[in-house]
Amino acid sequence: MIRAFGALLACALVACGPLVQTSVNRPEVLLATTTSFQDSGLLDVLAADFQKRTPYRLRATAVGTGAALAIGARGDADVVFVHAPNEELAYMQQGNGERRLLVMHNDFVLLGPPGDPAHVRGKNIFDALRAIAAARATFISRGDKSGTDIFEKNLWKQTGIAPAGPWYVEAATGMGQTLTVASEKRAYTLSDRGTFLARRGQIEAEILVQRDPPLINVYHVITVDPQKFPNVNAAGANAFADYMVSAETQRFIAAFGVDKYGEPLFFPDAGKSDAEVH
Amino acid sequence: MDLIVQGLGEAASRLVSLDPDVREATSAALVVSGIATMLSVVTGVPAGAWLGLSSFPGRKFLLSIVNTGMGLPPVVVGLFVAVLVWRSGPFGALDWYCTRQAMVAAQYLLAAPTVVGLTAIAIQSIDPMLRLQLSALGATRLQTLGILVREARLPILTAAMAGFGAVISEIGASLMVGCNIKGDTRILTTAIALDTSKGEFGSAFALAFILLLLVFAVNAVTTWAQQRRRPL
Repeated sequence: MIRAFGALLACALVACGPLVQTSVNRPEVLLATTTSFQDSGLLDVLAADFQKRTPYRLRATAVGTGAALAIGARGDADVVFVHAPNEELAYMQQGNGERRLLVMHNDFVLLGPPGDPAHVRGKNIFDALRAIAAARATFISRGDKSGTDIFEKNLWKQTGIAPAGPWYVEAATGMGQTLTVASEKRAYTLSDRGTFLARRGQIEAEILVQRDPPLINVYHVITVDPQKFPNVNAAGANAFADYMVSAETQRFIAAFGVDKYGEPLFFPDAGKSDAEVH
Repeated sequence: MDLIVQGLGEAASRLVSLDPDVREATSAALVVSGIATMLSVVTGVPAGAWLGLSSFPGRKFLLSIVNTGMGLPPVVVGLFVAVLVWRSGPFGALDWYCTRQAMVAAQYLLAAPTVVGLTAIAIQSIDPMLRLQLSALGATRLQTLGILVREARLPILTAAMAGFGAVISEIGASLMVGCNIKGDTRILTTAIALDTSKGEFGSAFALAFILLLLVFAVNAVTTWAQQRRRPL
């Protein structure tokens, strides 16, 4: 009995792969990124393609922009892919990043129940948020320090309102799940367009405010600074950053989702400046 | 209601066609939870037997720690293991973050206390006269331990199955330390959560069905072993 367990254990460990990886010429690249990148399905296909085109293996953790930047700031990842420009600039100023490259954008949309009880349709985003607060209409916030959450809090700040009270619900969950909650509660919420398109057929919420310049959502890839964190896989991080801005990847991003949703989920921006996107 | 019907239909077609995503998540879950359970049996049965047989000051305290371990919240284990295996952590050199190894470690911590605790109870509940008789016949300590473990093998099997059932259904720790990487650390539970948030209910239902089937199989084996020798 014990010998049988021993034999099983031995082959189990082999199946599990080598227990300690070598540290020179590491093929593993650790990416910390945002949930919308994974929920849209883009992460899985780009990861597979990246592994096919380069000698590297991608280990991606989708945790939200706040957590991804925190992981990068400890040197616990090689590269981050995030969408919160102000926080990214602070991250760069603290010397945690080496290269920061613009990759793509999409935009946020304000969603609400079909009846639109706070009458926000067609308003600009700031007036719409003020109307929701004035009507005390239920608003679902991500509440998880993700890029979307940071973006939403910034919008509120610009309206001069500090949202609080029973109408302002912090769901503390991923984007896809938040849409389900907003639909079930007949509430307003802010979503990236990609996740909304992916879930459109399953929820009862519609776009009430869109195509307003403050709603542009920009994604950057940042390599973690190898001077500050000598343990990072700098070559692998650079390979991933270069891959994200390469012409072929950019073409792929432009086409991603068109077959399924009738419109692209993201717009490639490599080589542009932040000002050009806005 | 439409969603449920549509989801069940898609689940059936994915199961029949052995969809690669479903297959990968199933095999990853079996490998990770299987290894974690095996490790906890290999280490936990001797430890539990020892705890059940010995008497020393602090034994009750140790047992109550083990019993607390049976109810360890998976997210707490996930948090601790993540902090340990991050590069900035004490085991950073292993480079285990986002790997199956880290998931095995986390699931081991979840399953082992169950195996230790239930083994200790099983060994303790054997008739004490048997121990007396064994030592009268001149059995060494190790021989005694071996015979008692054999005597208690059914409850120990139950302990192993309880451990496996707990970790195969667990999501919090596996998600935090394994990162849910497609084709590698994406297991049944993390794939179900992801597919649900993506709105892919068909695939989520297919995976959920397989998970239920596995949990059922584990319980069926345990029940069969327990009932096999029931006196008529």
